[in-house]
Amino acid sequence: MPQMNMIQALNSAMDIMLGRDPNVVILGEDVGFFGGVFRVTDGLQRKYGEHRVLDTPIAEGAIVGAAIGMGVNGLRPVAEVQFADYIYPACDQIFSELARLRYRSAGEFWAPVTVRTPCGGGIRGGQTHSQSPEAIFTHVCGIKVVMPCNPYDAKGLLISSIEDDDPVVFFEPKRLYNGPFDGDPNKPAVPWSTHPKGEVPDGYYTVPIGKAEIVRKGAQLTIVTYGTMVYVCEAAARSLGLDAEIIDVRTMVPLDVDTICTSVKKTGRCLIAHEATRFSGFGAELSATIQEQCFWNLEAPIQRVAGWDTPYPHAFEWEYFPGPARVITGLKAVMEMP
Amino acid sequence: MPRKSRLHTPRPHSRPGDEPDFSYLETSPAGAVRRPDVNARVRDISHLSIDLVRVLDDAHQAVGPWHPHLDPHDLQVGLRHMVLTRIFDERMQRAQRSGKISFYMRSLGEEAVSVAQCMALRPGDMLFPSYRNQGLYMVRGKPLVDLMCQLLSNTRDMCKGRQLPVMYHWTAGRIFSISGNLTTQFPQAVGWAMAAAIKGEDDIAVSWIGEGSSAEADFHHAMLFASVYQAPVILNVVNNQWAISTFQGFAGGEQRSFAARGPGYGMAGIRVDGNDFLAVYAVTQWAAERARTGAGPTLIEHVTYRGAAHSTSDDPSRYRPKDDYEKWPLGDPVDRLKGYLIALGEWSEERHAALVKELEQHVTESWKEAVQYGALNEGPRLNRDLMFDDVFKEMPEHLRIQREQLRAERGG
Repeated sequence: MPQMNMIQALNSAMDIMLGRDPNVVILGEDVGFFGGVFRVTDGLQRKYGEHRVLDTPIAEGAIVGAAIGMGVNGLRPVAEVQFADYIYPACDQIFSELARLRYRSAGEFWAPVTVRTPCGGGIRGGQTHSQSPEAIFTHVCGIKVVMPCNPYDAKGLLISSIEDDDPVVFFEPKRLYNGPFDGDPNKPAVPWSTHPKGEVPDGYYTVPIGKAEIVRKGAQLTIVTYGTMVYVCEAAARSLGLDAEIIDVRTMVPLDVDTICTSVKKTGRCLIAHEATRFSGFGAELSATIQEQCFWNLEAPIQRVAGWDTPYPHAFEWEYFPGPARVITGLKAVMEMP
Repeated sequence: MPRKSRLHTPRPHSRPGDEPDFSYLETSPAGAVRRPDVNARVRDISHLSIDLVRVLDDAHQAVGPWHPHLDPHDLQVGLRHMVLTRIFDERMQRAQRSGKISFYMRSLGEEAVSVAQCMALRPGDMLFPSYRNQGLYMVRGKPLVDLMCQLLSNTRDMCKGRQLPVMYHWTAGRIFSISGNLTTQFPQAVGWAMAAAIKGEDDIAVSWIGEGSSAEADFHHAMLFASVYQAPVILNVVNNQWAISTFQGFAGGEQRSFAARGPGYGMAGIRVDGNDFLAVYAVTQWAAERARTGAGPTLIEHVTYRGAAHSTSDDPSRYRPKDDYEKWPLGDPVDRLKGYLIALGEWSEERHAALVKELEQHVTESWKEAVQYGALNEGPRLNRDLMFDDVFKEMPEHLRIQREQLRAERGG
């Protein structure tokens, strides 16, 4: 099986879809000739031409607005917003238009747009290159929200997103582009070639939207997480010797409530972790849902581990990041350990 | 055969391995562009947005109606600020390469824009810069140590460790906080200028973006408000030809100049040789007087070249010829002002070499001092509690709790 990092896997997904479907187009800042600032679209313009892979002006609102128009006219656009921190100028087009077009036209108009955007910290990006705004998008009705945490899922979920007739905002945790990351910035980087999920088929396959994955089976508690935090939680639980069941949410909308709640009912304990700020973060939705469905099975209050409710500070990146120490504190609380 | 519609893809004139080709660049001879009164009607001065205002010719002479007749001493001060900016940039680039700072952005080739403009303004004028306007801080006298401490995110960082390197601010110097998001400062500058007019003050606002950033909606919002309210503002588009990998054609520069958007919105637009210190000074002086006397806003397009990479994270050899910058037809702003001063008999190679040496030493000494206050990964560090300050004026309870949690997490 070929080895791919997350960049190569995402590139392969778009390569396959450009090849399979003449209506697929890619557009975004620096994505064409240059191949993207993270190289995710490298070589695609050379292979498919300037009318399939379009460099755009620096105008996120226009990128998404134009993608909607292309989608309405039969194309299947994949728009890149260079950093999730830059997505806000596009939010009117995403929230008021892309999300509601099908609804307001009673199903007659719709645009199958995928918006890809790198998110998360851990690359010394400061307050404008580190954000995780996924929860904001989950609060808008009519868009699917996806965040893979490994190359295999990244490729399969991106193909599913492109094929989906509903709009998808697809978050790529950029700290994971080149390898899994357990939250310790002082350890040498680990490449994807050392990880089973770095094995990625060359050809077409899909990972379904709306399905969480049990990353590790366990009996003592359920950890519900996604993105970079999957690996941080794995390492933290291991360091405490806990037999944790770890669930990678993968798709926030629509949420796989069944997989999550079946697990929590089994273990009776739950910790939720994400890198984004805590207040009104996606953890709040998860926690409320789990409480509603699993209240009589819970043996301890659900714990949330998250980034602080501040912007992402450049100099305090690792104090901000919910690393192993914060996860361990949360795990001890939910396990009622001293 | 009926003609079919087509999709145009802008392409730069040269790519890596090609001979640099700037045949697309339309210029005017030095001294050739008419200088109208500062209160001229927009409809009568549209030529300014098409032609290229230049003062310095190829023989190092200052010619034509835009010649600002600056005192040689002022020219020497301008040269000093530009040389300092360049040396500072080079040293900070090296500091990034050696791992002392996390990120840097040079302004190589664009020094005249910030330096000449800032010198043509008053100290009370409010500046809303982009991230490539280092020269503003040099002109207004920000100590280099302060800038370096920001770059180092150390204990004396003006941003308290919160911002990426280069995202300075300086309240006393009337230089606004740099966002990191593009073009957001443009409508804000217009609003500042509207407030000055509302309050009856004659300070003006000045803002800068790159030509790539003129694609953002905020550019158009700013232009509209500036024009509707005739706000006392100068809006600058620094057309350095490149927005990371995309050339200026992708911002709409292929069919029409950026300056021409000024008349399009009903305001003055001037296209100026951004590497000509005297021309930049003169058009800024013109626009500032226009704004200050109630004759309205001006959009200035500075035609220049981004001599360096976009940032330390960028590699321009992937998308443009290596020697593009050396072949840029409008030359180098430092060399041109230096050549002019020498032609005036007010400068020499010896004095220039001495200046470079002096400023290099100044930068070196400033750096030695700055690193004493710490660096991102070594030496004294800012108190981590600071990350919870300034989210709000008064810290709400939930942030107090989180601050305690972090203290516990990090061992008190």
